[in-house]
Amino acid sequence: MKKKLVVVGNGMAPGRALERLLESDPDSYEITIFNAEKRVNYDRILLSPVLSGEKKFEEIIIHGDRWYEKHNIALVKGRKVISIDRVNKRVTAEGGMIADYDKLLIATGSSPFILPIPGNELPGVLSYRDLDDVQAMMIAAEQGWKNAVIIGGGLLGLEAAAGLKTRGMDVTVLHLPSILMERQLDLTAGHLLQRELESRGIKVITNANTTKIVGDGKVEAIELEDGSRLDADLVVMAVGIRPNSELGKQAELDVDRGIKVDEKLRTSDPDIFAIGECVEFEGSVYGLVAPLYEMANIVAMELLNEDNNGFSNSVLATKLKVTGIDLYSAGDFSEGEEREEIVLRDGANGIYKRLILQDDKIIGTVLYGDTSDGAWFFQLIKDGTDISEMRDTLIFGPAFAGGSPLDPMAAVAALPDNAEICGCNGICKSAIVSAIADKNLTSLDDVRAHTKASASCGSCTGLVEQLLVLTLGDTYDPAAVQPMCGCTDLGHGDVRRLIVADGLKTIADLMQALQWKSSGGCAKCRPALNYYLLATWPGEYVDDGQSRYINERVHANIQKNGTYSVVPRMWGGMTSSKELRAIADVVDKFEIPAVKCTGGQRIDMLGIKKEDLLAVWSDLNDVGLVSGHAYAKGLRTVKTCVGTDWCRFGTQDSTGFGVRLEKFLWGSWTPGKVKLAVSGCPRNCSEATCKDIGIVCVDSGFEIKFAGAAGLDIKGTEDLCHTSTEDEAFEIIVALVQHYREQGHYLERIYKWARRVGNDSIKAAVVDDTVNRKALFERFVFAQKFSQSDPWSERVSGAEAYEFNPMSEIKLGEAAE
Amino acid sequence: MTTEIWKDVGALCDVPRQGARIVETSFGRIAVFKTANDDIYAIEDKCPHLGGPLSQGIVHGAHVTCPLHNMVIELKSGRAVAPDEGCVLTLPVRIDERRILLDFSKFGEKAA
Repeated sequence: MKKKLVVVGNGMAPGRALERLLESDPDSYEITIFNAEKRVNYDRILLSPVLSGEKKFEEIIIHGDRWYEKHNIALVKGRKVISIDRVNKRVTAEGGMIADYDKLLIATGSSPFILPIPGNELPGVLSYRDLDDVQAMMIAAEQGWKNAVIIGGGLLGLEAAAGLKTRGMDVTVLHLPSILMERQLDLTAGHLLQRELESRGIKVITNANTTKIVGDGKVEAIELEDGSRLDADLVVMAVGIRPNSELGKQAELDVDRGIKVDEKLRTSDPDIFAIGECVEFEGSVYGLVAPLYEMANIVAMELLNEDNNGFSNSVLATKLKVTGIDLYSAGDFSEGEEREEIVLRDGANGIYKRLILQDDKIIGTVLYGDTSDGAWFFQLIKDGTDISEMRDTLIFGPAFAGGSPLDPMAAVAALPDNAEICGCNGICKSAIVSAIADKNLTSLDDVRAHTKASASCGSCTGLVEQLLVLTLGDTYDPAAVQPMCGCTDLGHGDVRRLIVADGLKTIADLMQALQWKSSGGCAKCRPALNYYLLATWPGEYVDDGQSRYINERVHANIQKNGTYSVVPRMWGGMTSSKELRAIADVVDKFEIPAVKCTGGQRIDMLGIKKEDLLAVWSDLNDVGLVSGHAYAKGLRTVKTCVGTDWCRFGTQDSTGFGVRLEKFLWGSWTPGKVKLAVSGCPRNCSEATCKDIGIVCVDSGFEIKFAGAAGLDIKGTEDLCHTSTEDEAFEIIVALVQHYREQGHYLERIYKWARRVGNDSIKAAVVDDTVNRKALFERFVFAQKFSQSDPWSERVSGAEAYEFNPMSEIKLGEAAE
Repeated sequence: MTTEIWKDVGALCDVPRQGARIVETSFGRIAVFKTANDDIYAIEDKCPHLGGPLSQGIVHGAHVTCPLHNMVIELKSGRAVAPDEGCVLTLPVRIDERRILLDFSKFGEKAA
């Protein structure tokens, strides 16, 4: 007589196991399947295409009714097995139906995890697990329900979101972590994905903790921890799964999170096997299909007494099934000791590829935009292949693997004359080569000026440089363009130009579009990028505090011992007894160890503990003292002399003009620090002729000077112009600052900027061209709307409070005493 | 072997991304970092170069640049990135229910 096999559950794992079993020996068992669902076996992975309308249910059926008939399998639909009698080897299903077994296979799968929050049982709250859920969603969309909220931005949640959007609903995804699909993606890929979803009209809210679902008789809205409320007609929970292990518990098998199995997929009863999402193996539970199919194969071999290697925890790969989004990740991609990364970014085509290497092996990969090499990388991960031989070309995939690294010069030399080099401007190789030869061009900028090649998006810069080398030989020095840092080959000027040309508005966008070579930049480029974006998109770009040096982050100057110094603004160097008294009181109250007059006509309090900063500022704010920005790449001081107010030689109100300038310019961020001085006569007591911008008042008006230096370099100012009125001088100075804000490279002081672009070009832009001057002035005024708020009072009133206090204090007493 | 001393030092969300918070102890400060990928690392808040407060530096990748003289420290190992040399103490980190726990056994031992 044939042995009896009873299978509980008719999902994908047991389906695969039976296929494998029947292939090897169709007559080994008499098979009975109990299925709680009233359907045949279908491909759950393809539920998303059904939801989005790309597939019909019939197309995702794996085994139709005829398959069971053909193999003489008794399929019992719609009957849930409720108990196992292990002594008599018999299962009982709902309605009293019983079946005897020699071997039992439990594959009860998993249930969606439902958040334990109020309102989770309201009609309109769904999970995303089986065809019933999908049909409910389709009906909701057809009936014109408007707002769908998906809780959970993992694989399933996002697929549900995309499907519901395709069906015309307004979709919002709420995700608790800060990165979508955080278990599969790194920051950059998560960001690209979020952008793509948002561009399709799906709203994504990260760090969103749902606290409550509200509604009267049906879902109406959901509430988040931060108090916000979203309208919702449909709520889909896709926050994870829980193994269905009740049957195992009832039968008193070993059960923890799931039904425990050994590597042969045997439960604690040797005649009972379990596979699929209901099992727990070495502490892990499984939800992806690859390991479930592996289990299915092994259990089939066990049932047939075939030799096998058993199941093991292995590396997993994930792909998102949303049409038009190519996303693939596998292995371990966190950063760490002795791990290296290879990053390829192709901004124009929206491609991001990252390989994580350790000991000459790939241990993880994240691919976005082009996932065609995913399978190849995954194989290299699983096989632990030594990749040192092909490392140089590895990121380009199998097409280049193992080949010798390409000689880029040879490749460029081999290009035909009509090969297009610059796609933006349609410039071919021969046009560039002949321009270099005929017009004696020697630099990239020359080529850009004469041919426009690489002058737009800049992505062909490398090719153009190689053509320069080919044409000019050693006389061309490509190092003439200094890259910003190790994260890019682009210089500061290129980056600034491309931010404007390509409309790049966030650091993440910029790194992707300009193909940054590191995943998150470095301490050199991040502050520069933050400034460039802030200066280019005032009011739009949100300042990234974590990309600023500590001094600008906490609005004080860090000292060698980790304490801080604080310098309040004294407009034009003027102060009063009230301010001085407040400073004296603060010094006493906080036991500030040193007080010093600065070179910029104000007072510096040194040695303040970071925890005291807020209280110090609060006391200073009370008498109207605000931050002097003594730490900023921005306006520092405007030194003045006493001018016509007091001085017998004074020709103009130098103090008043200095105060006017300082009150107008303060708070603005600039590439490097900016120091001004106004002297009331040519005796120049405020030393205006070594400042970034200096004004020397004369009887006939104002001499404006700029580009002085008195630090690392010492240099007298250059003459800019003479004006007869203070208002005209004022407008020119403001325009000059704005011109510098728009052109300067980060950390480049005005004298270096002027040396680079030429004094004459600056004069032409801010003195001679009065229309341009007015435009610069207006742009500065606009930018100031967003920057003139006292950072001290903002922080006293609570901004970034975490910066100033320890997170906790831990007592570690006993061991040391 | 020293017994592990796990202590809860705060919530995951207390530490800003690409930033750090300080934990005060009787033996000195610990800097707890969160990277852009939300990985958490804890190291002694003291640069091996001249003792700068690493917690105040710019965090990039799994590294921090010291605010005083730009030495770059790898957060996981506590080692300075070549060509610089030096190492700071690292503390084992565990995340439990969105809380950050640190094992202070190495730190206490060193201080004692």
